[in-house]
Amino acid sequence: MITYSRQRKQLGGLGMKCEYQEIAKHALNIRKNILKMLCEAKSGHPGGSLSATDIMAVLYFGHMNIDPKNYTDPNRDRFVLSKGHAAPVLYATLAEKGFFPEEELMTLRKLGSRLQGHPDMKKLPYVEMSTGSLGQGLSAAAGMAVSGIVDKKDYYTYVMLGDGEIQEGQIWEAAMFSAHYKLSNLIAILDYNSLQIDGDIRDIMNPNPIPEKWEAFGWHVQNIDGHDLKQVCDAITKAKEEKNKPSIIIAKTIKGKGVSFMENKVGWHGSAPCEEQTEKAIAELEERYNG
Amino acid sequence: MAKRATREAYGKALLELGREHEDIIVLDADLSGSTKTAVFGGEFPERFFNVGIAEGNLMGIAAGVATTGKVAFASTFAIFASARACEQIRNSICYPNLNVKIAATHAGITVGADGGSHQAIEDIAIMSAMPNMTVVVPGDGVSTEALIKQAYEYDGPVYIRLGRAKVEDVYKESEFFSIGQANKVKDGTDATIIVSGYSLNDAILAAKTLELEGLKVRVLDMSTIKPLDIGSVLKAAEETGAIVTVEEHNVIGGLGSMVASFLAEHLPTPIQMVGIRDVFGQSGEAEELIKEYNLTSKDIVEAVKEVIERK
Ligand SMILES: Cc1ncc(C[n+]2csc(CCOP(=O)(O)OP(=O)(O)O)c2C)c(N)n1
Ligand SMILES: [Mg+2]
Repeated sequence: MITYSRQRKQLGGLGMKCEYQEIAKHALNIRKNILKMLCEAKSGHPGGSLSATDIMAVLYFGHMNIDPKNYTDPNRDRFVLSKGHAAPVLYATLAEKGFFPEEELMTLRKLGSRLQGHPDMKKLPYVEMSTGSLGQGLSAAAGMAVSGIVDKKDYYTYVMLGDGEIQEGQIWEAAMFSAHYKLSNLIAILDYNSLQIDGDIRDIMNPNPIPEKWEAFGWHVQNIDGHDLKQVCDAITKAKEEKNKPSIIIAKTIKGKGVSFMENKVGWHGSAPCEEQTEKAIAELEERYNG
Repeated sequence: MAKRATREAYGKALLELGREHEDIIVLDADLSGSTKTAVFGGEFPERFFNVGIAEGNLMGIAAGVATTGKVAFASTFAIFASARACEQIRNSICYPNLNVKIAATHAGITVGADGGSHQAIEDIAIMSAMPNMTVVVPGDGVSTEALIKQAYEYDGPVYIRLGRAKVEDVYKESEFFSIGQANKVKDGTDATIIVSGYSLNDAILAAKTLELEGLKVRVLDMSTIKPLDIGSVLKAAEETGAIVTVEEHNVIGGLGSMVASFLAEHLPTPIQMVGIRDVFGQSGEAEELIKEYNLTSKDIVEAVKEVIERK
């Protein structure tokens, strides 16, 4: 049996520093754009986009080794949005990072747009993997990590999972694979917001206890508050330092985070805010940011 | 006439069936609000099971339930039912010929803004290719209700393809439906439009438009694609000599393919297919997409004219 265990000569991107004030500002802009684009599209998924925003901001502005001007660089870090319905947070983050102009965000879900309802790597080249069917992104991310090891490249592959999504059996097939091949360059982040479409994950199909499951599957596990930028940043640093196992960061989050009328409300999983609601939400986000 | 999605009619029929029959178990995979199984689940929580986001498991559980003599209805989006859980359906449901009804909603491009990842354009092809499977594709709410009830009575696997978008009711409650039997919605002698699913209203509209131009076109609602109502197809070929098939599905492996392969063997007849030309869908409004992929009543009218020229 072949197992890949590698010693990284250099830890790509590890030297980066999280500038928390800057990241918080980016997170604010990302949240505002999520709301605006969903309002314009009149459909889509705000809850799981807002719960993942702080993590996305830390990844793209604190950790990931990527350059919008050189987005095909074979050594770039990869990010896979396995919970593809949260496409708005990915698009808003990519625009915030400078991959494409902010105005394009308003084409979300419209005929002919590069911003499909779920991320489409053929239409928008900065998307590393087409997703939308839950449970498949972790396998693809593991595949990217395999190539990194075979090619002796120093990039990391990040993948964002939903807590409902891990009910899919394929997640656990990929979990087993990744530990078996010691994919220490693979870092998963679980958006643990406790809700799926039909209700609370504990009522629909309880995946708990979650950390113990990943540990039993051979992963390096950390439990953090997914809205505490420092905790997110530090956890990613630790995950990068792990040399023998794939890492998962179980980030406790609030679905709809930042907009009080959306927070922890299952109904905001997949319905777009109207204009009035969007204005109110943006006002609240700014107030929280300034206050 | 009332406008409603076929998935809504499914929810209603399921509830009525549940009230009449104790042996129904309904299963869903975290989409019960969208698939409308929540209507049943609300009244019969003890006979409703949500498996979570796990479609392969959904079909396996349904198969196990069916082995005990109960009738299992399993629902999720068509893309996940037919494609994600494909092999479970094949080996745990069709191969042992178990009594599972797969009511799959959000089929076709009229899913709309969710985009190509969620638009099943190949589900009829996949499901039809499995021995023992019956494939039902109703085009309005009334026929959906009737066919769901028939699917309950029928012993064996049935795949019922349902839509997200609202469609106008075509039929009256009193009309007769039977699995395996086409409904002649309009008679004619110059050509026949064979249609299933979402496009039923557009096909009727096309026939009416053609009538104004002096062409008498028959419309057959082929709400069962498998087994195909070969009697009606043969008659249409003999009596009208030209066929147009219409479906919100890939032209490869769908209604058009079924009709064409049957007629190729028995009575070669000019056929024109209106359907998706082997491409994936994309985000957009349902009606915009129907235009984008050339499935409008205007496209049907043109196809009829073309096929008549080839007679
Ligand atoms: C295979 C598959 N089944 C069902 C769906 C429909 N769906 C979209 S989002 C969702 C719930 C996801 O819940 P979770 O993973 O917790 O995401 P989050 O709460 O972060 O939005 C479901 C069932 C899907 N996209 N893919
Ligand atoms: Mg969740």
